Amino acid sequence: MARNISFKQAINEALDLEMRRDPTVIILGEDIVGGAGSPGETDAWGGVLGVTKGLNAKHGGRLLDTPLSESAYIGAAIGAAACGMRPVAELMFLDFMGVCFDQILNQAAKFKYMFGGKAKTPVVIRAMIGAGFRAAAQHSQMLTPIFTHVPGLKVVCPSNAYDAKGLLIQSIRDDDPVIFCEHKNLYALEADVPAESYAIPFGEANVVRDGKDVTIVSYGLTLHRALEAAERLAKSRVEAEVIDLRTLSPIDLDTVIESIEKTGRLVMVDEANPRCSIAADVVATVTQNAFEALKAAPQMVTAPHTPVPFSPVLEDLYIPSADGIAAAVSKITKTALAA
Amino acid sequence: MSSNPFPLAKAELLQAYRTMRTIREFEERLHVEFAKGDIPGFVHLYAGEEACATGIMMHLTDIDRIASTHRGHGHCIAKGVDVHSMMAEIYGKETGSCRGKGGSMHIADLSKGMMGANGILGAGAPLICGAGLAAKFRGDGGVGVTFFGDGASNQGTVLESMNLAAIWNLPVIFVVENNGYAESTSVDYATAVDSYVDRASGFGLPGVTVDGTDFFAVYEAAGEMIKRARQGGGPSLLECKMIRFFGHFEGDAQTYKAKGENELNRATRDCLKMFAQRITHTGVITAAEFAVIDREVASLIDDAVSTAKGAPLPTTRDLLTDVYVSY
Repeated sequence: MARNISFKQAINEALDLEMRRDPTVIILGEDIVGGAGSPGETDAWGGVLGVTKGLNAKHGGRLLDTPLSESAYIGAAIGAAACGMRPVAELMFLDFMGVCFDQILNQAAKFKYMFGGKAKTPVVIRAMIGAGFRAAAQHSQMLTPIFTHVPGLKVVCPSNAYDAKGLLIQSIRDDDPVIFCEHKNLYALEADVPAESYAIPFGEANVVRDGKDVTIVSYGLTLHRALEAAERLAKSRVEAEVIDLRTLSPIDLDTVIESIEKTGRLVMVDEANPRCSIAADVVATVTQNAFEALKAAPQMVTAPHTPVPFSPVLEDLYIPSADGIAAAVSKITKTALAA
Repeated sequence: MSSNPFPLAKAELLQAYRTMRTIREFEERLHVEFAKGDIPGFVHLYAGEEACATGIMMHLTDIDRIASTHRGHGHCIAKGVDVHSMMAEIYGKETGSCRGKGGSMHIADLSKGMMGANGILGAGAPLICGAGLAAKFRGDGGVGVTFFGDGASNQGTVLESMNLAAIWNLPVIFVVENNGYAESTSVDYATAVDSYVDRASGFGLPGVTVDGTDFFAVYEAAGEMIKRARQGGGPSLLECKMIRFFGHFEGDAQTYKAKGENELNRATRDCLKMFAQRITHTGVITAAEFAVIDREVASLIDDAVSTAKGAPLPTTRDLLTDVYVSY
């Protein structure tokens, strides 16, 4: 039975269901229970934004609050995964990868290959991503391309509650290390989500809107900006097909190319910085593999190549907008937009 | 028959000697083979340090995990990793323990509880906390031992992990293999405290410093720590002061060492020689019995080298496999 629940609740539900199903699933991270050793409530926070709230009451002893030592506890999650557990570690903000990246880059990602296929590391690292929270340069980055660059990691970035639940369940069951990216400005967004357990396979992009004139590809928060742009474009009789990548490693470029073969035009929207990014990668791959189908040069609509600014007026300019996406489409379809 | 004054039975003493001799022969032979140019990449030899790995690993079984270092051959052998597959790995062969994809710095055998040599200094400390955590959840009494050098002791990962192990009361032993040199840099220069026991006490961990060239000192100190960890008594730190006979890596001219330092160490502080002499003096084991092991080990290593040299190389197909379990 489906109910309308938030992205945040969907994540909580996925964790709850997997902990019930599999006793090797444990959760560790900073303040994921909250109040450990403090004089007040011992289940105070449930994560800094309350995503894991209530899980401790259901699965006491399997949620471990950690000291502020990302290298130690992310590494411990990876080590435990190599020893038969299925840990879900929360890194809080993905920006904090800077202090523990070795354990992800040189340990988790490489064990299987480096050990000749004889290891598996079923760890999930959950973290908040993205701008729009007025959290400034060190708590707002879209660092997805840093992880997609590393062979051995899987990278997931859902845009809605339904996908968040199904993709997190798949991430926990997956035998490879998964970086699970949660856009903090999507946490409150609600969708119909079945109460039961379901897994969404990796590497299957979702065509969320059909169209014949242009293909807009995105993921995460900006997927919604792309849909907004598509609605606006429809008023100018431009029908945009909108594709949600959902997982970035593996990435479903077949679905993108199939769409380009129909529309002949690509606008790639990515909240990450533009250089050496997923946007650049999708544009390059489409150009290389579907050049004949293209009627115009592929466009990238991304954040600028700057850190995330603090002042709301600047931050709003930083994030790709529906207007910017519509303008890029207008340029390559040579269509004047209706007012 | 002499009475045995040692904490191990004769068969165990012979086993310890065989392990140390195997490590020594493996490393001395690699030194020779590397100079011929047949071995690709970086090789860091453990010769001179055998008593540490062996004295600790005598207490461990396959359910216990270790996280090793770039200087990992000795840990692998003492933990029971097959010598033939190790040698083949170092030669980059398809029959290697990692099918030629890891090399000297990444030999691993999870079935033996060997979680990998590691090219990143101090990286094993967080991983072993995870092994300890897994053992604690399973309740199987397993322990984790992480090795790191005096150099890596200054990595934040090691310090963070000591704190984490302490607050979670993990069954983990931190072993500082202090051979006096972080690559070429002296421990006196690079480490602000004189004793790593002081570091341990900063995290509320019991710690002991032993002469790492004395097998029995290592064996006894490690035994107590491992027993305590198995019984839920939590983590501790063991500092082994030891001697590195070779350079940081093969090809290192070692000009940072004192003149004659290696020769003096080999003559006066060879852990293997000291172990054998101490036992033969008591008559528990004769020199002839040790000599039998020496011959068997020499022929084992001979065979490992010739088998590795003759083994097939990985194929083009192997380049692309083993990145993911599924993709």
